[in-house]
Amino acid sequence: MTQAGLAAVDVEETESATGAAPPKRPSRRLSPRDRAVVIVMVTVPTLVVVGLVWVPAIASVVLSFANWSGIGGLDTIQWIGTKNYTDIATIYPPFWPAIRHNLIWVTFLFLVPTMLGILLAVLLDREMRGSRVYQTAFFMPVVLSLALIGFIWQLFYSRDQGLLNQVLGTKIDWYGDPSVNLWAVLVATAWRHTGYIMLIYLAGLKGVDNSLREAAAVDGAGEVKTFFHVIFPAMRPINLIVLVIVVIESLRAFDLVWVVNQGRNGLEIIAALVTANVVGEASRIGFGSALATIMMLISSIFIALYLRVVMKEERQ
Amino acid sequence: MSRRAQSPASMVPPSVAATAGISRRSFLRSAAIGGALLGSSGLLSACGGGGGGESSKTVTFGMNETGDQPAAQRLRAMAEAYQKKSGIKVKRNEVSHNTFQENINTYLQGNPDDVFTWFAGYRMNQFAEQGLIADLSDVWPIDGMADSFKQASTASDGKQYFVPKDYYPWAVFYRKSVFEKNGFEPPTTFDEMTTLAKKMKAKGMVPFAFGDKDGWPAMGTFDILNMRINGYQFHMDLMKGEKAWDSAEVKQVFETWRGLLPYHQPDPLGRIWQEAAQTLGKGEAGMFLFGTFIVDGIPDVEDDLDFFTYPEMDASIGATALDAPIDGFCMSAASDNTDAAKKFLSFLGTPEAANAANDNADAPFIAANSNASTKTYSALQKKSVEVVSQAKDIAQFLDRDTRADFASTVMIPSLQTWLGKPDDIDGVTKSIQQQKVSIFGS
Repeated sequence: MTQAGLAAVDVEETESATGAAPPKRPSRRLSPRDRAVVIVMVTVPTLVVVGLVWVPAIASVVLSFANWSGIGGLDTIQWIGTKNYTDIATIYPPFWPAIRHNLIWVTFLFLVPTMLGILLAVLLDREMRGSRVYQTAFFMPVVLSLALIGFIWQLFYSRDQGLLNQVLGTKIDWYGDPSVNLWAVLVATAWRHTGYIMLIYLAGLKGVDNSLREAAAVDGAGEVKTFFHVIFPAMRPINLIVLVIVVIESLRAFDLVWVVNQGRNGLEIIAALVTANVVGEASRIGFGSALATIMMLISSIFIALYLRVVMKEERQ
Repeated sequence: MSRRAQSPASMVPPSVAATAGISRRSFLRSAAIGGALLGSSGLLSACGGGGGGESSKTVTFGMNETGDQPAAQRLRAMAEAYQKKSGIKVKRNEVSHNTFQENINTYLQGNPDDVFTWFAGYRMNQFAEQGLIADLSDVWPIDGMADSFKQASTASDGKQYFVPKDYYPWAVFYRKSVFEKNGFEPPTTFDEMTTLAKKMKAKGMVPFAFGDKDGWPAMGTFDILNMRINGYQFHMDLMKGEKAWDSAEVKQVFETWRGLLPYHQPDPLGRIWQEAAQTLGKGEAGMFLFGTFIVDGIPDVEDDLDFFTYPEMDASIGATALDAPIDGFCMSAASDNTDAAKKFLSFLGTPEAANAANDNADAPFIAANSNASTKTYSALQKKSVEVVSQAKDIAQFLDRDTRADFASTVMIPSLQTWLGKPDDIDGVTKSIQQQKVSIFGS
C-alpha cells in the first residue's frame, strides 16, 4: 500500500472512532502533500454528501411544517405545525391510494418480473440453441428509458386506436380506467424489469463454479434440486443485489406513471404526488415537502433493512 | 396519433404545458430546484436571460416558445419588427414552453428578462400581488383593445400589469359536411342541443367527443356549464375562492353535467384531446367543446370545421360569457430598464406588432388588438373574432382564473375522480371544498 493509501485508512479509522479514545498507535507524521491529499479526499465527498443529500433532506423535513409558495424571502414562510400531515392523511384523496399503489408495485415487481427474470436466466444459462438471440430480445427493453416505454405501450393500450383492443375486440380503457391502469402500467414495467433481472442473474450464473454443478450431478441431484440447494445459495451476493434493485426500481417508479397521466386517476404514487405539488407553478412547497418526508421515511425502512443484511454479511 | 403533440404551444392552456409531455430534462431541472427547496434565486440562470442592467439601447425579452412552431415565429417577428422600427436591440431568450412554465417562479425571482410572455387573469394577478411583475398602467389605454381585455389585464389593485397579444375562444365545434349530410342544425338553446345529441346518438354517433387524460379539457366543460347555470360573476367568485365548492350552485353544475355524460364519449380518462378531436374529424363524433386550437389536432378538416357558442341554459343569465384565454406580455419587477421595456410593451400591444407577427409566420393568431389586420385569418378565426367581440364577459379558463396550485393539485384529480364515478357529486364537492379551504386559507 502506498503511503497515501495508508494514511487515508488511518484517517478513516480515527474518524469512525470519533476521537473517543486517543489513538493507540504512535501518530504518523504526514508530509504536507499527503496531508493535502487526505484533506481533499475527505472534505470533497463530505461536502457533496452534506450539500446534496443532508441539507435538502433536512430542509424538506423542516419545510414540511410550513405553508410557503416558494415566492418571496424566507420570512414569507408561515409555520403551520403538522397541518400538512393531517391534511394529507385526512382530506387529500390521492394519498392513501398512492401508498397502496407503491406497495402493490414493489410486491408485483418482486413476484412476477423478478421471478420470471431469474427463470429466464436459468433457462438461457443452459446454452440452448439461439440463446443469444433470446438474450438480446429480452434485454432490448432495458436500454429504453421508462418514459419511452410509457409512449411505446400507449400504442398498445390506447382505447380507440390501440393494438390490444383491436386484437382482442374489446373496448377496455387500459390507461384511463383506474381499476386496470395500474396493472397495465405494471405489465409495461415488467417488460423492462424482467430483462434487467435476467441479465444480472445470468452474469451471476456464469460465475458459479461448474464443479459445484458436477458434484451435485454426481450426488444424483436433479436439475431443480441442484438449483435450489446448490446454485441459489451460492449466488447469495447476486440475490441480494437483485433484491435491492427491485426495491430501488419500485421507489423510482415515477417516470412511467408521469408519462402516462402525471400520476393521477388510478396511478397515484408518492413520488408523482411530490412532483405534482412542488414542481412548476403549483409550488405547494410545504405540502409537497411533507409528502417527500413521508416518502423518505418509507425508503429509510428499506434502506435500514438492507444495511442490516449487508452488515450482518460483513460480520460473518 | 397518440403522441402528445407539442402543438403551437401558445395555444395550449397552461396546465397542459405545466403537466403534459414533460420532458425529462426540464423535469430534472425543476426537480433539482424543487429538491433544493430553497427557492434560491441564482439556480435558474440557465433559464433567466441577460436581465436588465444593460444600456437603454437593449431590452431583454423572455419567450415561452422556441423552435420552428408558428407561435415562436410570431414572437420573433414582433421582436424584430420593433428592433427595426426603434433601433433598440431586442435580446431574445427563447425557452421551451414547458420549461418556461415550470420554472416561472424561480425565473421571476432570479434574473428575469425585462419583458416576458405570460397569461392574463388570476395568474397574472397572483404575480402582481407578489410584487414579481411591474405596474403597466401608463402603457394603457391601448388603442384598439376592448374593455374586456383591459379588464383581464387588471390586477386586484385596479392597475394594469399586462399587455394582451392574442386569444382563442372555446366553443362547440362540428363538421359542416356532417351536419349537412344528416340535416343537423347548430342549436341555439340548450334543449335544442340535447335534442340534437339524442338524434346523433340514434344515428350511432357520439354526440360529444371527450378526452380528459391530461386533466385540463374537462375544466372547459365545467367552466361553460357554471357560467351558463350560475353566471359569470358566480364563476369568477368561485375561482377566486370566495364561494363554496359544496354549495347548491356547484352541485347543480355537476348534476347537469352528469345528465350530459351519456352524450359524451365514454371512458374519457384514457383519451388525450387529439384522439377525441380525431373522432370528430372522422365524423364518428358530432360535436366537441374545445378551444380553437382544435385545428392543430385535425388540420386536414380545418376548412370543414365550424362552431357555435355554448347555448343559453337560463334566460336570466344568457349566453354572453365564454372562455377565451388571453396570452400576452408582462414586465418583470426586477427590471432596471423600465423605460425601454415599457416602450417595447407599448409596441407589442399595437396592431402593427400583431400584423408583423401574422405576416411572418406559417399560421396567424387572433390578435387581441381589434385594429389588427384580419387578412391572414382563417374563416374560423374570423368567426372567433366576431364571437368574442359579442361576448360580454370573458373568462380565462379554470386553470388561469384560480390559483395554480388549486387548479393542478385539486381540480384536475377531483374532476377525473368524479368522471370515473359521476354519481358521487356530494363526495367530490365536499372533497374539493375541504382542500380549497386548506389552500386558500378560508
